[in-house]
Amino acid sequence: MDIFVVRNPGLMTSIQDLGRFGFLDSGVPPSGALDSFACRIANLLVGNPEDLAVLEITVVGPILEAVAEAEIAITGAEMGATLNGIPIPSWQTVRVKRGDELRIPRAERGCRAYLAVNGGFDVPVLMGSRSTFVRAGFGGLEGRFLKKQDVLKKGDCAVSGRVRSLPSKFIPEYPAKVVLRAIPGPQDDSFTNAMDLFFAATYDVTAQSDRMGCRLHGPVLEHDKDAPKSIVTEPTVPGNVQVPADGQPIILLVEQTTGGYSKIATVISTDIPQIAQLMPKHTVSFECVTLEAAHLLYRDRERILNEIRGHLRY
Amino acid sequence: MSANLYLRVRFRLNGDRAILVDCGEGIDPAVNEKVLTLTSLLKQNPPAGVEAVIPAYRCFAVVYNPLLTEPKTLEKAIRALEDRPSEAARADAKVVWIPVCYGGDFGPDITAVCAHTGLNEDDIIAIHSFGTYPIYMIGFTPGFCYLGGMDKRLQTPRRETPRTVIPAGSVGIAEAQTGIYPIESPGGWQIIGRTPLRLFAPEKTEPFLYRAGDSIRFKPISPEEFRRLQEKEPF
Repeated sequence: MDIFVVRNPGLMTSIQDLGRFGFLDSGVPPSGALDSFACRIANLLVGNPEDLAVLEITVVGPILEAVAEAEIAITGAEMGATLNGIPIPSWQTVRVKRGDELRIPRAERGCRAYLAVNGGFDVPVLMGSRSTFVRAGFGGLEGRFLKKQDVLKKGDCAVSGRVRSLPSKFIPEYPAKVVLRAIPGPQDDSFTNAMDLFFAATYDVTAQSDRMGCRLHGPVLEHDKDAPKSIVTEPTVPGNVQVPADGQPIILLVEQTTGGYSKIATVISTDIPQIAQLMPKHTVSFECVTLEAAHLLYRDRERILNEIRGHLRY
Repeated sequence: MSANLYLRVRFRLNGDRAILVDCGEGIDPAVNEKVLTLTSLLKQNPPAGVEAVIPAYRCFAVVYNPLLTEPKTLEKAIRALEDRPSEAARADAKVVWIPVCYGGDFGPDITAVCAHTGLNEDDIIAIHSFGTYPIYMIGFTPGFCYLGGMDKRLQTPRRETPRTVIPAGSVGIAEAQTGIYPIESPGGWQIIGRTPLRLFAPEKTEPFLYRAGDSIRFKPISPEEFRRLQEKEPF
């Protein structure tokens, strides 16, 4: 059923779910919500399974007119959302009715907000996902960002009337300085001299960052003298910190499956959502962790998610 | 045996959710053959917790769920496969014929390839469509094949100025490689022809005509044949 008419699309608003994983070996990147935590919580707040499609809203948000009754939740970056001009809370269920105007102005803290609707945004499932991949022009709404006058549909789902909210202790802070934990490699042996610098330096996030990669600027990371500047093309994963010839690192995100640049280290999975919330001029530094430590943190995050699931379901 | 092939595969960490398994050095058919054999065996019987297996030229990635398994367990499973090599692993590899209309508007750079190689257009078409091109790996964009096997006589450098838009289906040459653009994208390859086939159909259960390990052959067609085939399945 129709749920919103897009009055203003915002800067880069797209439909995403938790990603597309069945065709990585055919060059089809995962796509999906960059901040998977915020996407999961938005869905849980409206009673959805965590992997339904949401709107990913980057820096400047849309103006949407509701054309039916629904329950929504906004999570992720704080963007000063209003309903008919009245501020509405994030990380909480909000009821909308026909004729309401939802405005999501601009990121005040964090970079990406997520809007979920009960029943999920309804677009065709392609290769197991509703996520948009704009560069290849498929998925989501016609493979593109939203535009003016688009009509968004949602899955059928009765309005429950339940208001859920995420306890404040679980709400992330999105600071302007973050420390990302990373495991050295897979090309750590090409950077034996630069490794100490990498884990000591502070990098600025640049405005060239996007869903393909978070591009950093700071101290130049030199390849070892005898190390090759490029490698035989191999599979990449989100979190790989790629170092091109200019020595400025790029944290690869969700729109790439292979690459020919050396990777000095790889950010652990649980820290990827923090990268999604970085704005230009925010700063990043890296902390070296072992695989065992990363897996402990992974299990820890799963335990926290389970606690939240229990809290929001009942 | 190729000197590039490792006697035993080597393992590297790729973050906390994937390992890379190296089968040898460089771009070498024997090394890639081992990559494709092991990935095929792993896909037939994936160990618990494996979410994806992604072959590349000289290595492959195994993506796993850390709640269900860990690299040590996966390494043991892969070592066991390596010790029992299976000839049948690649039995499903196929040859995929791609019809191509060479030259003209579909292959605007064929003249540049003529100028560089000293061959005429008919020679280029004959040589290019004679070869069988193994798909070593797929990446860069959905369905973009890294192909081996191009005849050295066709080697031509990339365009000095890359094009901002190359139409889907374009067939090109860059240095010692040939390839097809499955979707419209920017690129610097010398475009010598175009296929009317739709190489990426995201709405289908099988969105691609080929996978890594298959081989590609090109069949020259006329502009009329191009239009006829394109009408059969419009983009």
